[in-house]
Amino acid sequence: MLHLVLFSVFGAICVAGAVNLLVQRHPISSALSLIAVMASLAVEYLLLGAEFVAAVQVIIYAGAIMVLFVFVIMLLNAGQEEKLGGSRVAILFGIPGVLVGSGLIAWMLLEHSGTSEVTVGALPGAPNTIGWLLFHDFLLPFEVTSVLILIAIMGAVVLATREEIPAPGERGNV
Amino acid sequence: MSVTSFVIVSVIKTVIALFVLLTAVAYSVWLERKVVGHIQNRWGPSYVGPFGLLQPLADGAKFLLKEDLTPPHVYKPLFIAAPMLSVIFALTSIAVIPGGNWIDISGLHIPLQITDVNIGLLVILGVTSMGVYGVALAGWSSNNKYSLLGGLRASAQMVSYEISLGLSLIGVLITAGSLSLRSIVESQQGHFWGFIPRWNILHGQEIAFFIYLMSAYAETNRIPFDLPEAETELVAGYHTEYSAMKFAMFFMAEYANMITVGCLATLLFLGGWNGPLFGPPILRAILPVFWFVTKVFAFLFLYIWVRGTLPRFRYDQLMSFAWKFLFPLAIANLVVTALIVALRS
Repeated sequence: MLHLVLFSVFGAICVAGAVNLLVQRHPISSALSLIAVMASLAVEYLLLGAEFVAAVQVIIYAGAIMVLFVFVIMLLNAGQEEKLGGSRVAILFGIPGVLVGSGLIAWMLLEHSGTSEVTVGALPGAPNTIGWLLFHDFLLPFEVTSVLILIAIMGAVVLATREEIPAPGERGNV
Repeated sequence: MSVTSFVIVSVIKTVIALFVLLTAVAYSVWLERKVVGHIQNRWGPSYVGPFGLLQPLADGAKFLLKEDLTPPHVYKPLFIAAPMLSVIFALTSIAVIPGGNWIDISGLHIPLQITDVNIGLLVILGVTSMGVYGVALAGWSSNNKYSLLGGLRASAQMVSYEISLGLSLIGVLITAGSLSLRSIVESQQGHFWGFIPRWNILHGQEIAFFIYLMSAYAETNRIPFDLPEAETELVAGYHTEYSAMKFAMFFMAEYANMITVGCLATLLFLGGWNGPLFGPPILRAILPVFWFVTKVFAFLFLYIWVRGTLPRFRYDQLMSFAWKFLFPLAIANLVVTALIVALRS
């Protein structure tokens, strides 16, 4: 019972944070609401029994990635966003589209998922289980993902250090 | 344990832990001023009470009575929230730190720890990684170039050193085989050849301890890595615009973080509350806590000693030290430890 109450409360905080992210005009406020979303997601994972995923969610997303977001916003000293009127087409089709889409998802989840209750801790969530899954059953996808991230990092380094290409016949000052 | 007794015991433990932590924070400020004073051939605080022991109380009263200025042009919600965030995250991590063994009071088997979670170490890492926001947002919301530079430096520095800090802990985790702080301490019981304690620092994790020490100094923004508040360049860095109790909150957060780092070093590398036990049962019950406190105190003393001895790094030296020296060293230590553990099993 307490689990259900907490789950709903943090789910509500999560959705409220996401809405606030869109409504806020200042980039810092949006970034802070994103942190609230990430933190409440971590609590949701914890309530589902995935303690390791919850801790990693806080350390990686809320603690490291969002710090870099805030860092960049502070460094660029981004100001208030200008409020545009928004296109009428987006309002005409967007709001009914969102309603229909979420209705469809809710209907599918209700129709096609089991109704039996799962006790906390029944699903794999302990660090050793996750480690076993990552380094044994899903070793190849895990390693391929890490190579993919490495490629992205190298691309960023190449882009950041690229110098002006000297014009033909002119020697670059090396 | 019934729900009522669980709640009562938890509340009592929380109150005691917070009281001990806040007192320790106040008196580590006193200790720092006294020790640095003696290092620099001065007396340090000596007027208020014997040996200046009442100085923390006088300071607290002063902080509460001073005028609380809010400069114009600051972004008020974050300006007020930032010191609170700092102090909240600094005080939260005490919840999972065990200070000793189990005790039995009137039939209840109670651990000397607010709560024993089996991912205790990850909780501490998560909470400390959130602590960056207090400093970064204080710097940004102050609307002052020195504060902003301090906040930027702090967030870059903390993100960089967090990596080598985390990697230095993994060696200990591999040897202990657990993320629970209690089982990590229990894995360090016993002796080699009957007299050398089986602490991780004497058990192949010397380099890891060195990396942890360096990264911890940088994470807590202490000399030689106190670039975020370098007074010769940035006035006071991120807390330039803060006064009275708001400034005191940053101060408390810094010292609470030092104590957390000291507790973590004691638990992971220095054998926690393990130590020689002797005498009657009551002494045997108290001695583990005594050993734990002594080790944390030694770590804090080292902190203060370093502060009184070393000059400050330059910012580019700070960053290249993190990325070009500590980070590769931490990875090498991790690989070697993993190889040794794998070959042994």
